[in-house]
Amino acid sequence: MVMELPGDAELVARLRARDEAAFALVLDAWSPGMLRLARSFVSTPDSAAECVQDTWLAVIEGLDRFEGRSALRTWVYRILVNTAKRRGVREGRSVPWSSVADESGPTVDPARFRPPGEPYAGHWWEFPAPWPEDAVLATEMQRLVAAAVAELPERQRVVVVLRDIQGYDPDEVSSILVITPGYQRVLLHRGRAHVRARIEAYHARAVTS
Amino acid sequence: MDCAEFVELVTDYLEGGLGDADRRRVEEHLDLCDGCSTYLGQVRATIATLHELPPEEGSTPGRDRLLEAFRRSL
Repeated sequence: MVMELPGDAELVARLRARDEAAFALVLDAWSPGMLRLARSFVSTPDSAAECVQDTWLAVIEGLDRFEGRSALRTWVYRILVNTAKRRGVREGRSVPWSSVADESGPTVDPARFRPPGEPYAGHWWEFPAPWPEDAVLATEMQRLVAAAVAELPERQRVVVVLRDIQGYDPDEVSSILVITPGYQRVLLHRGRAHVRARIEAYHARAVTS
Repeated sequence: MDCAEFVELVTDYLEGGLGDADRRRVEEHLDLCDGCSTYLGQVRATIATLHELPPEEGSTPGRDRLLEAFRRSL
């Protein structure tokens, strides 16, 4: 398990004093999550591993310039995002963050709601079917959910990874990605809705087959 | 509030992004609508599954080289 990290003030002081144990601590605590996030931008696991290594080298080099205006982890993750984006663009994988495709329109098929003019317009034709409890192996559900995340457009994927998979709070996610909290929620909303729909479709198939 | 509106507010609701008035409208709708309560529960279950995904393999790439670089950086 990951050891509890000291607070930023102590951590930064120890890193600047080149305390190797402190560096090993952050390296081991943050690298798995960084690797996962890097995978959202680049094409291969090797490429993601290189992004993470390049980020740590930049962190070592920039340590004495870190001003503490954000949390240390946020600063490290911002370097990672910039490194991974640049590499993603080079690999022809990344789309510019300014494009707004996939970010408007309903997240649930409008055909599931009664249309205007019907009694109870805007309400479900049929309620979402409850999901069976424990009917699916945890590993199978994880595979399904990981595949659903991999299908997401890049921006939604990155936000889902940071907010829901890694569990960072919304402010830190917005701050790492330099986006507004509202836009962060838009991306999160669309990403979650897609993953939920995949789970729903899976259970529906299990019922009919 | 109708269900089509509810499903688009669910993330703002869960993430604390709604003002008091909208939050009350969402909660009043939830009290009346079993379908949307189910939907909300499924979004929560989705988040829980995401949070339980195992970490990527190969946790710290180039660990020894990075520690070496750190030592030499003073």
